[in-house]
Amino acid sequence: MVQERTLPTFQSPPAQISAEEGLMIYEDMILGRYFEDKCAEMYYRGKMFGFVHLYNGQEAVSSGVIKALRDDDYVGSTYRDHVHALSAGVPARSVMAELFGKETGCSKGRGGSMHMFSAEHNLLGGYAFIGEGIPVALGAAFQSRYRRETMGDDAADQVTASFFGDGTTNNGQFFECLNMAALWKLPMLFVVENNKWAIGMAHERATSQPEIYRKASVFGLPGIEVDGMDVLAVRAVAQEAIARARAGEGPTLIECLTYRFRGHSLADPDELRSADEKAKWQSRDPIQRFEAYLIEQNLADDEVLKAIRQKIEGVVEDALSFAQDSPEPDPSELYRYIFAED
Amino acid sequence: MAETFLFNALRQAIDEEMGRDQTVMVLGEDVGVYGGSYKVTKDLHGKYGELRVLDTPIAENSFTGMAIGAAMTGLRPIVEGMNMGFLLLAFNQISNNAGMLRYTSGGNFKIPLVIRGPGGVGRQLGAEHSQRLEAYFQAVPGLKIVACSTPYNAKGLLKSAIRDDNPVLFFEHVLLYNLKEDLPNEEYLVPLDRAEVVRPGQDVTIITYSRMRHHVMAAVKPLERKGFDPEVIDLIALKPIDYDTLGQSIRKTHRVIIVEECMKTGGIAAEIIASINDRFFDELDAPVLRLSSQDIPTPYNGRLESLTIVQPQQIEEAVEKMMQLQV
Repeated sequence: MVQERTLPTFQSPPAQISAEEGLMIYEDMILGRYFEDKCAEMYYRGKMFGFVHLYNGQEAVSSGVIKALRDDDYVGSTYRDHVHALSAGVPARSVMAELFGKETGCSKGRGGSMHMFSAEHNLLGGYAFIGEGIPVALGAAFQSRYRRETMGDDAADQVTASFFGDGTTNNGQFFECLNMAALWKLPMLFVVENNKWAIGMAHERATSQPEIYRKASVFGLPGIEVDGMDVLAVRAVAQEAIARARAGEGPTLIECLTYRFRGHSLADPDELRSADEKAKWQSRDPIQRFEAYLIEQNLADDEVLKAIRQKIEGVVEDALSFAQDSPEPDPSELYRYIFAED
Repeated sequence: MAETFLFNALRQAIDEEMGRDQTVMVLGEDVGVYGGSYKVTKDLHGKYGELRVLDTPIAENSFTGMAIGAAMTGLRPIVEGMNMGFLLLAFNQISNNAGMLRYTSGGNFKIPLVIRGPGGVGRQLGAEHSQRLEAYFQAVPGLKIVACSTPYNAKGLLKSAIRDDNPVLFFEHVLLYNLKEDLPNEEYLVPLDRAEVVRPGQDVTIITYSRMRHHVMAAVKPLERKGFDPEVIDLIALKPIDYDTLGQSIRKTHRVIIVEECMKTGGIAAEIIASINDRFFDELDAPVLRLSSQDIPTPYNGRLESLTIVQPQQIEEAVEKMMQLQV
């Protein structure tokens, strides 16, 4: 039997936030959670199709990293991409409409759950195959450096955050891109969402070195382990990595220790994870934890948080109505978007 | 006019386009300091710097994906496959990301990318270095695929490919880099979607591409002496295929032979024959014939290797045999 990795005691100080920032982050986390709950409901009611991978439990990572980025920074995602898209600013309407396969979806109904794209929001997209999104994100990071240094564009200081899971860190593209990003000092964040399981493959059974952040050291870039259930801890680490990247000091590997509260996808019977393990992680719910922090620090009170939750319920209901009422793609446009001229 | 080697025609194309557009850059294995394995990027590293002529580690799938990400965000990268066979390692990126991503994203992103390098069967390079991946990649939606065959079309096509807003797989042939031709001094472009009528004729349409164009032309000489008048068409565009030009020829000759260097199974000719049957069946006076490479890994032994690919003599015999068929 493999020895399960014990959770370290995290020493990193949480990010200092204003009340305004706290509420912005809270709203983003609530949006992620409520949106995904609605997806599950619609999927089980037969309104949504395909492979749908929900993000519940991991909200502190998306909100912690992406809400520390600038609007013009780039985000690259995976098949578990709805919430990254939302944090990156893609309207809930566009993401929900995409899940319903509608023309008003962010990928015009051609992509689906695993392929959320938005050039307008510098969302490089959801990539369904393990690891393939990392090289694409590397290209966006390269592009920033290229523009600044060869085209004299001083405004080209964008940072690219590439998200992927623990399973991806045994894939060659991960190592190849760590090498190139460090070699060329590219402005990039490698954000590992280590939720301990690749469908039914426990992380410890798949890797010779379960502490993923340690894999950075051989490539000469900083690797940082952070509590992925603590949004302010993630934010603090992300802010430091973003500042380094923007200053031209190169990439950072951030391992967020987190957990998904649902199965791998809505088609996963989720039989291998023990009830004890699930209960232990449920008790560390990043949203409840952040709520307690906001109140304890006098950054918000129950009323304010309740108002945000009600607002987001409305946003998600509005997104659902919008998606349901939106038109299907026109069959005469079946061949559109194959080539750039279409 | 200046006599120019094919490899240098390609180099001129890249140099001119890099001079014209700051977003054009080259990346790949040994493209920079070393100047490229076939010297297609010779001296460009010194002229344009290390970011614009980027030497990459040996990581085909990741640097191809990286070029796609750079293209999505506004650069116009040219990836050199040191040998196009290595691109098997980047098949996922070329298919899922370069070819399909624009569609999957509902038109969010365009991918102005060129992937170029030497393909084809060389001289005793062994199976892995003797691939004809155009046949493997032809089914990928969203890609354009071209094959150059002369210094003139190599230069004009590469310039067009660099300016195109779509991912273009650009096949050179490992045995054609030292072809020489007088090239115009003034700038020119060759379109990516047009076949070239190499030799007009009346009797039979011979469709070919890349190095096989030269094998076909070697067969044409004895055929002319015997009184035959074949029309030779170099496809240039392997995807999409220029059926307008093929159709004009077939309506004239009513007979078609396809000569290709890829393997027969699932090859370029297989696709063209099916499409000719769809489009021009009533024009045909004889079944379309294809001469393809054998369905085997290319053997190292020189004699076996020459038996693997089509030779001019076989083309000559095929034309004579087809012309004997009476309607």
